[in-house]
Amino acid sequence: MENKKKTGTTYLNPYLGGFLFGLVLLATFIITGRGMGASGAVKSTVAEAVNTVAPSHAEQSAYYSKFVADDAHPMNTWLVFEVLGMLAGAFLSGLVFNRLKFKVEHSPKITSRRRLIFALSGGALFGIGSQLAKGCTSGAALSGMAVLSLGGFITMMAIFGTAFVFAWVFKKNWI
Amino acid sequence: MTGPLIPMGVIPQSWDNVFAVLLGMGFGFVLEGSGFSSSRKIIGTFFGYDFVVLKVFFTAAITAMIGLLYLSQIGWLDYSLLYIHPTYLASAIIGGIVMGIGFAMGGFCPGTSFCGVAIGKIDAMLFVAGLYLGVFIFSEAFPLFEKLYNSGFRGSVLVSDSLGMSKALFAFLLTLAAIGMFFGATWLERRIKKVEY
Repeated sequence: MENKKKTGTTYLNPYLGGFLFGLVLLATFIITGRGMGASGAVKSTVAEAVNTVAPSHAEQSAYYSKFVADDAHPMNTWLVFEVLGMLAGAFLSGLVFNRLKFKVEHSPKITSRRRLIFALSGGALFGIGSQLAKGCTSGAALSGMAVLSLGGFITMMAIFGTAFVFAWVFKKNWI
Repeated sequence: MTGPLIPMGVIPQSWDNVFAVLLGMGFGFVLEGSGFSSSRKIIGTFFGYDFVVLKVFFTAAITAMIGLLYLSQIGWLDYSLLYIHPTYLASAIIGGIVMGIGFAMGGFCPGTSFCGVAIGKIDAMLFVAGLYLGVFIFSEAFPLFEKLYNSGFRGSVLVSDSLGMSKALFAFLLTLAAIGMFFGATWLERRIKKVEY
């Protein structure tokens, strides 16, 4: 049932983990009619923050105005609650499997500083790309595939295909 | 026909956010439990020393896909009420490429970075900070992206329809392909030098 790694940390069997993950996704569709997501919560938070700091700017912007209608608060959306649940769920798993620890994980060939700069830049690119594709690996690729969305399959192939090539470009960062 | 439960009014709308938290917890628990809070474990898929991402991702997609088709087949779920991620060809490809570069640089995707944050990974925290920055840059520069954002719109197209086959046949072929990939991945894993992380 479980894989014991040399590092001493225990993970779920990947097929069991994937099956349970699939059941959670299935339950989400059965209950709400929609899939899971992650980048949408970031979008809601950014739109809400801009709307609080500079409401007239948010109103005039062609992008924020899609999400900050007069009475619809973007913060008050499903995905934000889902991501809060995710943080709690992942924390619980970290507690159960004894993985709670502050650390910067990186290849021994690079410094923590280089790892953090790449993490920040990678996050920024992922943020931009997820807005273009209207969803990330969760909302577009995985949830899209579950309901046979053509766009979901295309985005999935574009993400993994590109990442495969660029992982080798940045090989030193990883192995 | 009773599902989807909230759109059909079986469960009141006011429960929506309660389920968001509960389902989110399940999502976070299985992602972290499968090892998606570690960027070097995730990236292992691309170098072949750990195919956990491939195995978990495709098992999850296929489980949910078959479950939805089955429930719709026995008349329990109205497939037409499900939200089908809309297809915008150009932005789906270019957005995916930009995300792929970000994935290879940062080692996370948004969902997995939240899991990393929850167990104390400082690199995941920087990745999440980057996400906010990226979304902010995109939003501010939206007029530059607007044409691309809206181009190639095809509506909520199903991949099975665009390939001219039934949903069930596509699901069957995808499942076979995934099983083939799992065997291939396991075969490769045994032959590729392990990386300690």
